[in-house]
Amino acid sequence: MLIIQDRAIVDDSFTHLDDDTPIPSAGDVTVTLSRLQSERERLAQHTGRVGVRLKSDQLPTDVAAELPLLDLIMVEFPKFTDGRGYTTGRLLRDRYGYQGELRAFGHVLRDQLFYMARCGYTSFVMAPGRSLESALEAFNDFSQSYQAAADERRPLFRRIAR
Amino acid sequence: MYQYDEIDQRLVEERAAQFRGQVARRLAGEITEDEFKPLRLQNGVYMQLHAYMLRIAIPYGFLTSRRLRRLAHIARTYDKGYGHLSTRQNIQFNWIKLVDVPDILDELADVQMHSIQTSGNCIRNTTADAYAGVARDEIEDPRPWCELIRQWSTFHPEFAFLPRKFKIAVTGAPDEDRAAVRFHDIGLRILENAEGQRGFEVIVGGGLGRTPLVGEVIHEFLPQASLISYLEAILRVYNLFGRRDNKFKARIKILVDALGAAEFKRLVDEEWALIKDSAIDVTEEELERIRRYFIPAAYEELPSSDARLASFSLGKDRAFGQWVRNNTRHHKVPGYTIVTIAVKAPGQPPGDLTHEQMDALADLSERYTQGRLVVTHAQNLVLPDVKTEDLPALHAELLPLGLATANAGKLTDIICCPGLDYCTLANATSIPIAEAISARFDDVDYLNDIGDVSLKMSGCINACGHHHIGNIGVLGIDKRGEEFYQLMLGGAPGNDAAIGKILGPAFAKHEIVDAVDRVIQRYLTLRESPDEPFIDALRRVGLEPFKEAAYPDAKKDKRPAASARAASATTVAAPETQGT
Ligand code: SF4
Repeated sequence: MLIIQDRAIVDDSFTHLDDDTPIPSAGDVTVTLSRLQSERERLAQHTGRVGVRLKSDQLPTDVAAELPLLDLIMVEFPKFTDGRGYTTGRLLRDRYGYQGELRAFGHVLRDQLFYMARCGYTSFVMAPGRSLESALEAFNDFSQSYQAAADERRPLFRRIAR
Repeated sequence: MYQYDEIDQRLVEERAAQFRGQVARRLAGEITEDEFKPLRLQNGVYMQLHAYMLRIAIPYGFLTSRRLRRLAHIARTYDKGYGHLSTRQNIQFNWIKLVDVPDILDELADVQMHSIQTSGNCIRNTTADAYAGVARDEIEDPRPWCELIRQWSTFHPEFAFLPRKFKIAVTGAPDEDRAAVRFHDIGLRILENAEGQRGFEVIVGGGLGRTPLVGEVIHEFLPQASLISYLEAILRVYNLFGRRDNKFKARIKILVDALGAAEFKRLVDEEWALIKDSAIDVTEEELERIRRYFIPAAYEELPSSDARLASFSLGKDRAFGQWVRNNTRHHKVPGYTIVTIAVKAPGQPPGDLTHEQMDALADLSERYTQGRLVVTHAQNLVLPDVKTEDLPALHAELLPLGLATANAGKLTDIICCPGLDYCTLANATSIPIAEAISARFDDVDYLNDIGDVSLKMSGCINACGHHHIGNIGVLGIDKRGEEFYQLMLGGAPGNDAAIGKILGPAFAKHEIVDAVDRVIQRYLTLRESPDEPFIDALRRVGLEPFKEAAYPDAKKDKRPAASARAASATTVAAPETQGT
């Protein structure tokens, strides 16, 4: 499946496992948070990369202890009006220092990408049927931002003499 | 007045371009109406009964003549020739075509205006005391803080999809709250402590709508320099924990109420401890930069004009005298006066201005008040800096424009939502009732005898007309397909914040004006002196005498009124409330 990653269209290397599918011996996989917690030992030994999928009501604190294990955190936006994932992204980056890939999935539309990127998201699974090419333009909707966020820790007035 | 630098300017231009693209994609069918809706809402575009409504931001209500002229041009070119001042100190146009909106946004950007975040579940236009910068009782001009909040909240990436809309108000006058800060998601009062330091009293979780609540103080004296980190902490707690399952329970007031103010404060403090004293808080230089724009322009050195103002109000020209008495206020600079233009002429929908009036007001403001105007939350306009000696000339020029109505703060200075005439959610008309009340109490002497009393009216329980905080509140409800009106008394928006109490069963449309009249008559007979305002008399004697007056035929009937429950059972389907 094609996704947007670091502002380019790429093939998703991960297999997204539900809780009943056995973990394959190799390859990149993501699991739910509960499976990550219950099969931590096993996943720590996994030869491919490991990611977790968070629901919109699962908090960064719930996953904070597992960060060293993770190469990817996926946060679900069940409806694009559900904005909890923006705070989740910022906390993972700003507070817990997560440096790996942070991916938005679910009802992800072009017009959220600018905000999501500012909140620390680096990859995006667009909602079905959306043009990825068109979505790429959204990162350039605005040339400046007033506030500090995950992508830029200083507000405008500390960056530029106004 | 804050002036955009090239960065501010580029951002509003980029926003207009972004929305142009969104409209094009919507018209091409690339996005569904459901997906488009939050995008248009965040640009102030509502779907109304007959057309789209566009709400344009007037940050903290402050306008210049140039901007007002542009609004007149928009009214003329894209609307039916008039605009509507809203209770959030914004202006709304009710007859807009969606395809025209991108062009309108370009026209606005050209004069440093926009419609960004004037609706939608995001941080809305921050409001302020309409007398900010000129009020005598102010300890600090709140507008630089409002501008700081405007910039911080504009396109804030974390808080663009909150559980529900979010409104902030600021006042710098500790003794008289004219910004209704206790009825906002966040209200900020600038205070000074014994050491002469300034801080904010932070009030959270106030609001009207179907669950009216007075806000709770969660910080008694926040150091001013920490404002942004503290706001960010509040918003973060709300964004994570505010309810998203039921939009009627999604405002922050419900969260604060459910957790209790102490627990909510604990969560905020916990979050704040991790982000305070960081780079996000404002620097002294930035604050100074913003403040420079609000330094008052050239005032002449004049002697005090307080005595002059008093003599004007008692002069031979009765109409002028009444207008001075009701529509002016002492200015902090000697020789100047604050003038309220009541946009409440009899027979006119409250807050409506024609494009001719806008152009004329722009012109007057340049000649009399350095090109500055303020939209108030009472849907009026303020000319903040009029030389007292110019008042007779100004009044003479306002008369032919129909803008010299001498009723500011009086019964007919009604706040009223668009109601059934425009709004898809309305249960009842509101504008025609306001007009009928204005017609009934048309006599200025009579109005002055009644004295200061606020009447606020909403067409449904979404309360865009703030009926809960009117001394007299009128709420339109639907009873088996008929328009009915509930009457409530005792609401107050200021330092004596209170939510009005329902008087009894709702009145039919043909009864409501008489009922208001009977309440007023009762007040006139029971007040201790003409100096005892309506609200004081009500607080002294309680609801009962007014209830008797309002329901003369039900004197013997002591059963409790059932209408409170009837009102809360009224159902409303769609979310696009309009009046604020
Ligand atoms: S939604 Fe607001 S504007 Fe519409 S009728 Fe109700 S109170 Fe009035």
